[in-house]
Amino acid sequence: MKRNTAMWIGWTAALGCAASLAVSAGAEDAKAAKEQFFPLLVYRTGPYAPNGTPWANAKQDYLKLINARDGGVNGVKLTYEECETEYIKTDRGVECYERLKDKGPTGATLFDPQSTGITFALTERAPVDKIPLLTVGYGRAEAQDGMVFQWNFPLLGTYWTGADILVQYIAKREGGPEHLKGKKFALVYLDAPYGKEPIPLLEERSRTLGFELVKIPVTSPGIEQKAVWLQVRQQRPDYVLLWGWGVMNSTALKEAQETAFPRDHLLGIWWSGAEPDVKDVGEGAKGYTALTIQYGAGVSKVQSDILKYVHDKGQGTGPREEVGTVLYNRGLIIAMLSVEAVRRAQEHFGKGKPMTGEQVRWGLENLALDQKKLDALGFGEMLKPFATSCSNHIGASYARIQTWDGTKWVAGDLYEADQKLITPMADKTAEAYAATKNIAIRTDCKS
Amino acid sequence: MLYRENGQFKTSYDADQQLLPIAQDRWFVIALAAASFVLVPLAAGDYALRALIIPFLILTIAAIGLNILVGYCGQISLGSAGFMGVGAYVAYNLTVRVPQLNFLVTLVLSGGAAAFVGMVFGLPSLRIKGLYLAVATLAAQFFLDWAFVRVPWFTADSTSGSVSTNPIVLLGWSIERPVDKYLLVLGLLCVLTLAAKNLTRSHIGRAWMATRDMDVAAEVIGVRPVVAKLSAFAVSSFYAGVAGALWGFVHLGSWEPAAFEVSMSLNLLFMIIIGGLGSMVGSYFGAAFFVILPLLLNRVPEMIGIDVSTAMKSHMEAMIFGGLIVFFLAVEPHGLARLWAIGKEKLRIWPFPH
Repeated sequence: MKRNTAMWIGWTAALGCAASLAVSAGAEDAKAAKEQFFPLLVYRTGPYAPNGTPWANAKQDYLKLINARDGGVNGVKLTYEECETEYIKTDRGVECYERLKDKGPTGATLFDPQSTGITFALTERAPVDKIPLLTVGYGRAEAQDGMVFQWNFPLLGTYWTGADILVQYIAKREGGPEHLKGKKFALVYLDAPYGKEPIPLLEERSRTLGFELVKIPVTSPGIEQKAVWLQVRQQRPDYVLLWGWGVMNSTALKEAQETAFPRDHLLGIWWSGAEPDVKDVGEGAKGYTALTIQYGAGVSKVQSDILKYVHDKGQGTGPREEVGTVLYNRGLIIAMLSVEAVRRAQEHFGKGKPMTGEQVRWGLENLALDQKKLDALGFGEMLKPFATSCSNHIGASYARIQTWDGTKWVAGDLYEADQKLITPMADKTAEAYAATKNIAIRTDCKS
Repeated sequence: MLYRENGQFKTSYDADQQLLPIAQDRWFVIALAAASFVLVPLAAGDYALRALIIPFLILTIAAIGLNILVGYCGQISLGSAGFMGVGAYVAYNLTVRVPQLNFLVTLVLSGGAAAFVGMVFGLPSLRIKGLYLAVATLAAQFFLDWAFVRVPWFTADSTSGSVSTNPIVLLGWSIERPVDKYLLVLGLLCVLTLAAKNLTRSHIGRAWMATRDMDVAAEVIGVRPVVAKLSAFAVSSFYAGVAGALWGFVHLGSWEPAAFEVSMSLNLLFMIIIGGLGSMVGSYFGAAFFVILPLLLNRVPEMIGIDVSTAMKSHMEAMIFGGLIVFFLAVEPHGLARLWAIGKEKLRIWPFPH
């Protein structure tokens, strides 16, 4: 009898909670008019958390900075809410999207899913709900073609531009593209949409330049890589391209050290070149080279502002030491692009008013950040000036080489991807997508 | 007082053996069905339908399937998400390669494919039981994970491994709005629940339950273990396949192999353990609990005023599920369904308990 009573009480409490939840789900209070809501899809748990957390912290810190230093965007305060996706769980990402897309007086500003897999799922929904997807340096590579992918913005880089730049860098090291003939490259990639994205471009390059491409997938989450690196040893590639994320990166570097693969022939994409990946290995990763989207680690003007206006006031989202790390800076860039899209939209649709998703999409498509604006924002040292347009949803395709010297990342040269090769490829793939999905190619583009 | 059976005399065997012999039960279920088909589409918003109710309905189908295998037949299976994946990918391939097929036919065929695969991976159950069978089905899960990623035929040679589906069109009815999706899934769930309930009350169901309770004795009295166990795997995988196809087409729209990995298998197992093994209504309770708990964890701390980080909420979800499973297995192995049954028992003699 006592056991049943206890269970009755427990069950009644649960039902009461559910009832109150049902009531509260319906009653969304009408917010004050002048707010711009930013949904933040993050992953602070799971095997990808080491890399997702600095990114998420940076996004929040930047929004807090804009509120504290500038009072919002022309007086419109920025609000935000985080939602946990664990990177690989597409259904969670979709659930977070559904929950947050209508929040705020004008709905969600844009979505930065922080995951290529979730981007694929949301690419279907974003045009229906009219909310843009900002996928800086990830997502669908063919989405740079804005004529088909009206709502996707892979600003500053995609996996095709990244792969192309890696090939260019290797060519430079070898003394010219003609020296790549007969070489062997191994692509060690996470067996997820993220890892498979660069394959079409690498295969195209291997056809034209004559190198052999060996594809070695790593099952998510990539904690177990002994078999992978045994394969690498058997294949004896000249260079290994690492396309990992989360703990896969640090495991790969440890395994490379154990199988004595020369670390200076190990090259990583910009998501495989951050402090969490190399800190565990430290000196053992010396010589490891990775890309970064134009700027790597370092404290520039915007980071100083964040330390002053956010962290010094005790409002910092993460630890203070994280400010200025590679992924933190990239998160800042992404947050800055989101806010600048809102600002640009406000210039066109009404200053001081909260912007809808459609208006923000226009802002993203008409972004023009020159050196003066970048300096004013504090990103003058970090980014080169760029502009987007209707057909050009990528803006710029630069990436910088950085090398780990055992204790820190040392920045190297800046490279630009070969858009003469990539743009036709992207357009062709985008048209094929449009054909299967019955999407009409836009006719309202002036450029 | 409310639940009195006085005056309800059955005059035929059919009437005595019906699914819901008590008139109040019949009225309640009819009212519930009417409310689900009529009231919910009118009252529920898009978010509630898309994020709560549709996943709840689809997971209930999968949970019923797993309950048949684990609860009724006693064969532990950790591979149910793999069978869901089989259903989803077969349905995807059929819609891509044979687009003329009616979607319901596609669903049946994908369920059938999943049933076949389930039977193949259920063969070890003829020799091993309990934990060993759980590991064998876990192997099935990982094998299917591998197959969907490595065999490009399944994803119609997509480079990214991610597949996306077009909206379903059934006889001219384009299923795009959440309301349409909800009605489709609800209709399928009703049919499938009825089928499962009848199966468990038939001679096959009795064979399953005999195998669960004491398989050697069952074999002695003439229940063929091959038929009982493999049919349980087949039916369970059929349900999982249909649920997987619906999960991919209706709920996700676009998915990658990671959508059907081992964590979903474990979640299904949690659902039926908490809901109640060996009970139809237990599958419903378990699925509802699973869908509602993350939302509660998101809303309740805000309402009380405690600030909880997203990471903490994620961890708490895992902790609470784990704690509840231990609690239910120790205290009430028949889960929430038993509570429901006890409630009905008490109502039959309320307000004069004895």
